[in-house]
Amino acid sequence: MNILVCVSYVPDTAAKIGATPDGSALQLQGVKYILNPYDEFAIEEALLQREKHGGRVVALTVGDAAATEILRTALAMGADAAAIVTDTTLDSYGVAVQIAEYARAMNADLVLLGRQSIDHDSFQMASTVGALLGMPSISVVSKLDIEGTRVRAERDVEGGKEILEAELPIVISVQKGINNPRYPKLPDIMKAKSKPIETLQAQSVPARSRHIRYEVPQQKRANIILGDSDADIAEFVRLLHEEAKVI
Amino acid sequence: MTTAVYIEHRAGSIKRASLEAITAARGIADRVVGLCIGTADTQTLRTYGVHEIVAIEHAMLTRYSSQAVAEAIAQYVRSAAVGALFLGATAQGKELGPRVAVLLETAYLPDCVALSKEADKLVAVRPLFAGKIRATVEPLTERVVVSLRPNMFTARPAETPTEPTQTTFSPELSQEHCRVVVTDVVRNEGKLDVLEADIVVSGGRGLKGPEHFALIEQLAAVLGGAVGASRAVVDAGWRPHSEQVGQTGKTVSPNLYLACGISGAVQHLAGMSSSKVIAAINKDKDAPIFKVADYGIVGDVFEVIPKLIEQVKQLKQSTAS
Repeated sequence: MNILVCVSYVPDTAAKIGATPDGSALQLQGVKYILNPYDEFAIEEALLQREKHGGRVVALTVGDAAATEILRTALAMGADAAAIVTDTTLDSYGVAVQIAEYARAMNADLVLLGRQSIDHDSFQMASTVGALLGMPSISVVSKLDIEGTRVRAERDVEGGKEILEAELPIVISVQKGINNPRYPKLPDIMKAKSKPIETLQAQSVPARSRHIRYEVPQQKRANIILGDSDADIAEFVRLLHEEAKVI
Repeated sequence: MTTAVYIEHRAGSIKRASLEAITAARGIADRVVGLCIGTADTQTLRTYGVHEIVAIEHAMLTRYSSQAVAEAIAQYVRSAAVGALFLGATAQGKELGPRVAVLLETAYLPDCVALSKEADKLVAVRPLFAGKIRATVEPLTERVVVSLRPNMFTARPAETPTEPTQTTFSPELSQEHCRVVVTDVVRNEGKLDVLEADIVVSGGRGLKGPEHFALIEQLAAVLGGAVGASRAVVDAGWRPHSEQVGQTGKTVSPNLYLACGISGAVQHLAGMSSSKVIAAINKDKDAPIFKVADYGIVGDVFEVIPKLIEQVKQLKQSTAS
């Protein structure tokens, strides 16, 4: 089975992110970048599927050259090869086109991604890549079984879960709960350093949308903090009922 | 401009996220078309001021397939003079939106929280980095597909109901479009979902053990809300992952989010900071949750929650009588 796992290099959750006073750009100085947390589940799932079906796992990222760091993590976890498409100007659609091209070229049977990257939080990559490849896709998957070319998956929806059936080739985005990502061991980390990482030039794709302004949201919270006396609890209930009108 | 809204419904009953999308569409478009797979509640669509109802009919749509539905919507939009397609950013909408956008070769603006017009062009605001930044985004294509974050737009009936024209659209679909289908849906019966509830009451490590979540359940019950949980208690196996709020869990924006015994780690805030009102109970007055809260009680959850339950019960009785 040819498995492509897509990973992204994102600001750490705790990073302080600002915008320039005129709103034209983000301020990301000093921000630490990490492997997108959901992508760890995607890498693990790729490795588990390879253990079951044989084949090869390739990790791919699209972005700044510094993102090579997370490809080393994927290699240390057990990916066979890795590739980076260097570009920092593409919009999400443009990134999807690079992924789709790579998947097509390697004849991927299974494309795995994390359910969202924690920078743009747009939950769109699996469906976009699936549509570009003319493949089915399933997003936010918490259980995946593949037998031959038959795929059975579960995904969380509002108020329950859906059971889905599909066929390979397919694009799947995964979420927490699907597996427990392994920690790479020191020898694997050392070995990963000598595994090859292919560097590719991005094909140019005209953007379909553009960010025109950034702002840091202004907190408009009432911030009334009370004690735990009976009178304070009564006031808390009154505030929620009469001021906020939410109960 | 005509805006089409994908109407998500279950056995005719329309999801609130779709009513919110209709209301938002009315604000920016001259004409609103409601696109339904099969038949949805016509009376509600009339009340919400939809000008045309299009029932998409095809034998291959009897079992839900995101691929087939996206293809059908795209075919309709191509056939009609539709400038924008709106969807609720629900589990379904988040899969359909990007797919339809690729098929139509248009921009997709995901999970938007505000819409406006700048120089007669639709622009949207969407949160980035778990809400740390609000970005204004413009489409660079003529048509646009937009998904709207649930509970960020108010669903409001139209001032005057419409008499919508009703038409049927028959897309051309083949087996090729149905390579993924939903074969079953398992409902958490009798349990409100954190994604759909107006009130979410969440518990964290401050509850000290799974057995004490009965307190959270009781409080949620008297408030008519859903039970949520922090990552710590889900990882500890006290609560199911479906209840987890925050990064690696769900992003919720209820009218009231009440955090009990949750310190408010940045990963948790990522999942609830767009809630309309945030309230918190925590014994540590320096807990970060209080920095983002509208209302807070510094106190022990084991002492405060039972009293709170009593007071809310009294309030409900006095408002009911």
